[in-house]
Amino acid sequence: MQELPLLSLAIWAPIIAGVAVLFTGGDRNAHAARVIALIGAVIGFLVTLPLYTGFDAQAAGFQFVRRMPWIESFNVWYHLGIDGISLLLILLNSLTTVLVVIAGWQVIQTRVAQYMAAFLILSGLMNGVFSALDAMLFYVFFESTLIPMFIIIGVWGGPNRVYAATKFFLYTLLGSLLSLVALIYLYNVAGGSFAFIDLYEVPLPLLIQVIVFIAFFMAFAVKVPMWPVHTWLPDAHVEAPTGGSVVLAAIMLKLGGYGFLRLSLPIVPDASLYLAPVVITLSLIAVVYIGLVALVQTDMKKLIAYSSISHMGFVTLGIFIFNAQGVEGAVLQMISHGFISAAMFLCVGVLYDRMHSRQIADYGGVANKMPVFAALFMLFAMANAGLPGTSGFVGEFLVILGAMKVNFWYAFAAAITLIFGAAYTLWMYKRVMFGAVANDHVAELQDINGCECLVLGVLAALVLVMGVWPEPFAEVLHVSVNELLAHVSLSKLPLQ
Amino acid sequence: MTAMQKLYLLVPLAPLAGAIIAGLFGKAIGRRAAHTVTILGMVVCLVASFLVYRDVMGGNIFNGPVYTWLVSGNIRFEIGFLIDPLSATMMMVVSFVSLMVHIYTIGYMADDPGYQRFFSYISLFTFSMLMLVMSNNFLQLFFGWEAVGLVSYLLIGFWYTRPTAIYANLKAFLVNRVGDFGFLLGIALVLMYFGTLDYAAVFAGADRLSGNTIELFPGVSWSLITVICILLFIGAMGKSAQFPLHVWLPDSMEGPTPISALIHAATMVTAGIFMVARMSPLFELSETALSFVLVIGAITAFFMALIATVQYDIKRVVAYSTLSQLGYMTMALGASAYSAAIFHLFTHAFFKAVLFLGAGSVIIAMHHQQDMRKMGGLAKYMPITYMTVLIGALANAGLPPFAGFFSKETIVEALHHATVPGAGFAYALAVAGVFVGGFYSFRLVFYAFHGKERFADPHHPDVIAADAEAAAVAAAAAHDDHKHDDHAHDDHDHGHDSHAPHESPAVVWVPLVLLAIPSVCAGWLIGTFVYGNYFGSSITVHPAHTAMATMAQGFHGVFGMMTHALGTLPFWLAVAGAGSAWFLYIVKPELPAKLRRQWGVVVTILMEKYGLDRFNDWFFAGGARALGTGLWKGGDIAVIDNVMVNGSARLVGWVASVVRQVQSGYIYHYAFAMIIGVLLLLTLAYSG
Repeated sequence: MQELPLLSLAIWAPIIAGVAVLFTGGDRNAHAARVIALIGAVIGFLVTLPLYTGFDAQAAGFQFVRRMPWIESFNVWYHLGIDGISLLLILLNSLTTVLVVIAGWQVIQTRVAQYMAAFLILSGLMNGVFSALDAMLFYVFFESTLIPMFIIIGVWGGPNRVYAATKFFLYTLLGSLLSLVALIYLYNVAGGSFAFIDLYEVPLPLLIQVIVFIAFFMAFAVKVPMWPVHTWLPDAHVEAPTGGSVVLAAIMLKLGGYGFLRLSLPIVPDASLYLAPVVITLSLIAVVYIGLVALVQTDMKKLIAYSSISHMGFVTLGIFIFNAQGVEGAVLQMISHGFISAAMFLCVGVLYDRMHSRQIADYGGVANKMPVFAALFMLFAMANAGLPGTSGFVGEFLVILGAMKVNFWYAFAAAITLIFGAAYTLWMYKRVMFGAVANDHVAELQDINGCECLVLGVLAALVLVMGVWPEPFAEVLHVSVNELLAHVSLSKLPLQ
Repeated sequence: MTAMQKLYLLVPLAPLAGAIIAGLFGKAIGRRAAHTVTILGMVVCLVASFLVYRDVMGGNIFNGPVYTWLVSGNIRFEIGFLIDPLSATMMMVVSFVSLMVHIYTIGYMADDPGYQRFFSYISLFTFSMLMLVMSNNFLQLFFGWEAVGLVSYLLIGFWYTRPTAIYANLKAFLVNRVGDFGFLLGIALVLMYFGTLDYAAVFAGADRLSGNTIELFPGVSWSLITVICILLFIGAMGKSAQFPLHVWLPDSMEGPTPISALIHAATMVTAGIFMVARMSPLFELSETALSFVLVIGAITAFFMALIATVQYDIKRVVAYSTLSQLGYMTMALGASAYSAAIFHLFTHAFFKAVLFLGAGSVIIAMHHQQDMRKMGGLAKYMPITYMTVLIGALANAGLPPFAGFFSKETIVEALHHATVPGAGFAYALAVAGVFVGGFYSFRLVFYAFHGKERFADPHHPDVIAADAEAAAVAAAAAHDDHKHDDHAHDDHDHGHDSHAPHESPAVVWVPLVLLAIPSVCAGWLIGTFVYGNYFGSSITVHPAHTAMATMAQGFHGVFGMMTHALGTLPFWLAVAGAGSAWFLYIVKPELPAKLRRQWGVVVTILMEKYGLDRFNDWFFAGGARALGTGLWKGGDIAVIDNVMVNGSARLVGWVASVVRQVQSGYIYHYAFAMIIGVLLLLTLAYSG
């Protein structure tokens, strides 16, 4: 098994499948496009499974490493490898792609091939981000993910899609341009290498570290997104088609969190420690401020988008408190948020496909007509509110425990999510699902079909399994997180 | 795994299996199969609990893990069981009351379309509650804690088309979350200082850390144990509905009556009491925390009892009486009388379940009418219900030889002996509360079961008042933004005046009788339960807290306690309370209305529940929405999007338009600019 280039397969299988889907042409061959897309997505997922089974949770360093020259004149390598953190994100990404293809099976009726292709290619590119060990390769994958998402929002999106797509593209592109400058600078300092392991060893004075940190921060904070550079996300979500929202929330936001872990912390550890209070403050603002903003949203997708930002606040908080509970909690929160936000957006999608409205006020009493859906949606709502026994609890719990070790008030502010998270999620649920049938449109609703049930059922199972027994998810993280924390604790300031 | 360990697992898993089968396959298997399978699960659970109980009382205490939930850093989070006298007792109470409620539900919910769902929920609740009490660590405790909150939410909102029900369940969940917020912080502090969440390890290390202080605000240091205990107790205040987090419990009566009995009286609301008793090794180290517990309990016990005296809704009377009784248990905890608190929890579980299920039986007979003004004289129509409710009321009022007498009397006496700051205050309120308790218990009995048969008399002034009030509520609901049909399930009073009420079917009255028996005699166990070494190592009392030890010396058996009580104030207060109720509702039934008019202000304050609901709605719910809107419109839209984001875009546009002027197309403009540029560069190059 070790001989198969599994990581390359995880990247290129979906991309090749995506290109193949494009060749099916117009919507006359829509069925072929769907089938090929599903096969591609499933293969893309299956090749990631041996990564988990073959992963040695006790071993330090990167595994499944592949290294080939790419641009030799600049010493850029096609250099892949994963640790426990990237492993989980790759699995999440590949699985989500399968679900998105199934979810779009019936809903998407125009430009089917292009839609499916965009998601497959995006999936491969994101696997590239999570497995790149060369900074330039990382950057190329990181930036190229923007293109398919831009197209997804711009083509299959809602009425205001052009504004949203442009805002999304410019916001994130401008954020990451500075990080390119920082990488080129580091390349020079490291004596002409883009390899992460070389960059991890370069000594840097504090001022330089701070500047590099800020450059990275711009890129990753926009992606996460952190307050106050989050305003692109609600717009993007509202306009994006359901599948776009799912991938955006479940995977793309994680590129930011992953970037902090893979680049910021090990490359500029002293600056990370130095600026941690700032990042922590911004994270806590995200948890509290955004929680309040989510409460008053009238558009379901916007509400869930704000809830995403609030939950991602736990990721950045966990990362920057620099202890095992915090960082492991942050990674588990990313995975869990992948399941839950995907499910929440799919649930809104289910309603939107039937009613063509995202306004909470247009609903009421849906549970009367869609009992199966109501039960699943309730589970996800509770998971979103961080109920123990669901995955939503695990990451938040660990991060709160970790934050307590650093400062009581950090934990205090973070724990407010217990109240706000429940308030905005359940209040929305109440207004949409409970009550008597609100109008004739609700009265005509049909319960979820097989496709929808399958997708939501898989996510429900994952949410429960991870909530009841998170150790299989966490065990691959321990060594990687310890190694990362060891890196952070070693100062890279040059000796006086 | 030994046979006993398999039994431990069977106790929670049997109801869980029932819940899953009834929940997922309810439609397919039908009603009869759904209740059969869940009740079968409960029977297995009760038998297993009993075997475990017998084994534990034989001295076999178990403390061990089931599986590792998560490892992080050097901390192992385990799911595990601690089976000792305390948890075994709780297991018995939970599984017995739950089984009774399961059986009762067959009758109560017979016509409900959500029949299978209901059985699934109550079994799921039983599973959660058992996991809570059987836990050997804080993590699993929190799991059970939140899980019972979830099921309570689902059950209060069981009739999800009713606006009042879905308002009440959201309120219940959020108020509980406020408590859980404190609870979680307490757990996090425990983990931080003790490095583990395992009870045994934490309690073993408690003494060592009793001198530690923590500085939450610069310059102000508090005892660590005090902070931990108060935070944990905030959780208990949510779950066990202590002032000011009690506001959710009365509204939870919107749920079907069987769950009011099971969850909102007998078991879930006692989770907080159980938790504090379980944490006795921590609480015993902090006088401040005990004092806090005591005062909160005293306020709840007395002031909630007062509200019960003016309510007309039969379930709400019982609900406020539950709040008051929970206050008594909390006071007992504060006085270090943990065994008395658990004993009261134990007896209360039976007599309060009887009162609720009896009220439910009345509600069935009255065709889902809950207003006592429209009842009266029911005793002769439903003698079994009457007898059981009477027993429940006698126990609730604390009259010998009924169960509540022994537990309540012990608590009052313990408060008398207690020395923690605030004990005097608590004792005074507890004694006064006994009078109020006697009054509201018998007000219910006399008003609903004796006197004029108002249900058949639409012209009785009480009925007219009740109808007018109901009409006003309905009109207010119609003005509500929802405009939903309020009369979906429970409120259809279709012409019940036509035929007389009758006794409920056997599935309803058999559980009532089975619960009434321990409501009479459970108190007689006081000798072993409170004064024997029943709880052994599961409860710790600091040697300086001597109240229980002193009382143990003065205890001379059940009869001694009863005869002694005849000479004490609480007994006569309870009798006086019951007597006043008799006077007001039997002898002079026109007097209460007159008194209500004379004491208008006081009655209004009580009917308004001291204004707390209004304040919470206005300040917390309204405040959060206003703040959220302000941050959204002011922060996100105005400042970030309009000024910063679109502002930058406009800035770029403006710069471009300025720069565009430079690109004029005239050669001499470019040449001029080039010359200037070259000059500048030269200057820079040579000046350095």
